[in-house]
Amino acid sequence: MTTPTASAGGHLHMKEIYKSFAGVPALQEVDFSLHGGEIHALLGANGAGKSTLMKILSGAYTADRGSITIDGQPVQLNSPAAAKQAGIQCVYQEVDTSLIPQLSVAENILLHQLTTSKGSPILNWKSLYREAEDILNTLGFAISARRQVSELSLAEKQLVLIARVMAEKARFVILDEPTAPLSMEEAERLFGIMQGLKSQGIGVIFISHRLPEIFRVCDRITVMRDGRRVSTVSVEDTNPGEVVHNMLGRAFEEEYPKVFTEIGEPLLTVRQLAAGRHVQDVSLDVCRGEIVAVVGLVGAGKTELSKLLFGAEQPERGTVELNGHPVRARNPHQAIRSGIVLVPEERRKEGILVKESVLHNLSLPLLQSITSLGIISGRAERRHGEGLITSLGIKTSSGQQLTGYLSGGNQQKVAIGKWMETDADLFILDEPTKGVDIGAKRDIFKVIGNLAQQGKGILYLTCEFDEALGLADRILVMCDGRITRSFAYGEASQQDLLYHASAGREELV
Amino acid sequence: MKHRIAQFSYRYGALIFIGLVLVFFSVYNQHFFTYNNITDILRSISIVTFVAIGITISLTVDGFDLSAGSTVSLTTVVVAAMMVWYEMPLILVLIVPIMIGALVGLLNSLLIVKIRIPDLLATLAVMYIVSGIHRTYTKGYSIYNNMQFQDGTKAPGVMLDSFLWIGQGRLLGIPFPVILMLVAIVAMHLFFKYTRGGRQMIMTGSNEEAARLSGLRVNRIRTLAYVASGIFAAIGGILFAARVGSGQIDAGSSMQMDALAAVFVGYSVFGAGRPNIIGTFFGAVLMGVLVNGMTMLHVEYYTTDIIKGAVLVLALAVTFIHRKRQKV
Repeated sequence: MTTPTASAGGHLHMKEIYKSFAGVPALQEVDFSLHGGEIHALLGANGAGKSTLMKILSGAYTADRGSITIDGQPVQLNSPAAAKQAGIQCVYQEVDTSLIPQLSVAENILLHQLTTSKGSPILNWKSLYREAEDILNTLGFAISARRQVSELSLAEKQLVLIARVMAEKARFVILDEPTAPLSMEEAERLFGIMQGLKSQGIGVIFISHRLPEIFRVCDRITVMRDGRRVSTVSVEDTNPGEVVHNMLGRAFEEEYPKVFTEIGEPLLTVRQLAAGRHVQDVSLDVCRGEIVAVVGLVGAGKTELSKLLFGAEQPERGTVELNGHPVRARNPHQAIRSGIVLVPEERRKEGILVKESVLHNLSLPLLQSITSLGIISGRAERRHGEGLITSLGIKTSSGQQLTGYLSGGNQQKVAIGKWMETDADLFILDEPTKGVDIGAKRDIFKVIGNLAQQGKGILYLTCEFDEALGLADRILVMCDGRITRSFAYGEASQQDLLYHASAGREELV
Repeated sequence: MKHRIAQFSYRYGALIFIGLVLVFFSVYNQHFFTYNNITDILRSISIVTFVAIGITISLTVDGFDLSAGSTVSLTTVVVAAMMVWYEMPLILVLIVPIMIGALVGLLNSLLIVKIRIPDLLATLAVMYIVSGIHRTYTKGYSIYNNMQFQDGTKAPGVMLDSFLWIGQGRLLGIPFPVILMLVAIVAMHLFFKYTRGGRQMIMTGSNEEAARLSGLRVNRIRTLAYVASGIFAAIGGILFAARVGSGQIDAGSSMQMDALAAVFVGYSVFGAGRPNIIGTFFGAVLMGVLVNGMTMLHVEYYTTDIIKGAVLVLALAVTFIHRKRQKV
């Protein structure tokens, strides 16, 4: 499994791919190649361009420039159908979007046969099941072809999708973060299957954040950063340290002028908080004036943790105390009253109301205080809203503008700003810089610094390690639902964080 | 420029259309645009408008209320029965149906908010239950003054004159139901524009999860919306009984659909694109004008349904084409 030569399979070659969105380049002159019978890892931090590249390969996007060849023949992948025709299949992370839950496993595997207009218009159930069972057997999956897909576990659904890929005679398969939702044993099984695909001469592109597994199953590694390909090497010629270095590139530290404030008395005390697989016995403390970052990869359980603390979801056990008083929030309303507010990750779905005006969004948590006898004071609402628009630098034509029309960064300022004048003690921010441009990012950091100076506690959940390093007084690393390490300011490097967040098993690197 | 015209027609198209319809009928029939006929139209839509206001409230919280029509039916016969069968005093005759409306609303919200049955299905089921109750209660007969029972005896009471005045009387020359309707329209419009309760309903309907995460008690707000919807339907039922002077069976079944149509036509008024009270009023007016005008032109009664349907399609098309264009 060392040098991947073209054994049974073919060659896929992407050359000098360039793609921009609204003038902003997302990919610049990226080369990428895949051989049959090879497992090729594609790595990069968020926004590095991996998914754009893969979407071009699977026909979801079309490249602005560059060429794609298969076995030396140029191909046009203008649609997902064209990509499938060329033998390229993608198994997306959100398996549920590709499956029809009411149908059986066999029907889902052979969906392409059922949906074409070719062939007999009458279903032959016997041969349908037999064919599906054949595929499942070849792959060594122990799933009954007759089961309904809605009853399957997540891992089993993935297997169904892989079986479908086989049924459609794929030559090149993209696996987009398949292990993120899987348990250790399930992931093990998946690796076995990947080896099986490989031995059949199929080329596999494997996207994952977990370095140890990449070094175990992959033949070559391509690292991307800021829309460019940084390196392509075979696994024997590199090591995790070098890969992490390539992913991160230059240092970012100087971009965060950290304001040091006096850390006050303890504010939030969480003990043994647990709910399901995503939050397992989490204990943490936040003091007044302190910024505590919780870092972890996508799927580590940060969002679930924030929802538990905010009362939007209910823990199975564990205690939360704020200012020494136990908090038992059964809903967000109660959490807010006890002094906890949340800026959720899904901004457009949860953080703001896109169809409502900026003013109405900003006043939403404060309606009580600007109302007398049930009637909202329009003047107080405008004064409050326009004050925030100015102080936070929200770029909007007016307070009446619908929030959905603002840029991502300005929407986020609204999502944060609406809490500013509540009496909240603890601000939980879940990925507040996601989809936010650099200028707005800096503004948001400044706001967070100001809040800390006012003696608020900040719990900052992020998968951007450089932000945690630049902003936080303390960094907690979360991995698979647990807090695995804690670092003080200046104690950790990005390598440390990435290493502990991507499995955190010392013996593997 | 093209964009400007599209925007203008989207905002004012519905009103212009109503104006054109008015002009058309005025030209073709000299009796159409008279004080008497206009008040007639308004009186004829007043009951449906009350039902439509209720439905507007339930749609505002992103719900749906199919049970409003059957609530009208139930409250109409209950009102009549209280006077004709039991000779109850006026105050009870007014309070009990409103309580019934509120109870239907509570039942709806129990199913929708607590048990989480989708609103359309839950209120469909409640519609059957309520309309079944009203038929069972009256054994399928309408209730009228001193009606004769099956055993040959006569009912002791009659519909009170003071009650009938609610539906038939005039104040300063204006039919009293019209005054009630205008008061309700203005009050509910102000409620949604200026009060915290109204704002919370709008925000809940706009995005329930974001509203919940902003600290709104969305379950309570949605419950109140369904209760309000039931109460407005009950007022419609009271008005209906007072207007016709008896407790007609199945009085509300046609009103459900007429009210829904008015609300959806209202989406297109002022380009709101969402349920709104003023739009609902204009929607009801348009429907009333069409029925009245076409009757005057001797269009066959059943044909008017075709026209009503076509107008609804037009209004919905304008709203949804626009919504598709400017995805927020």
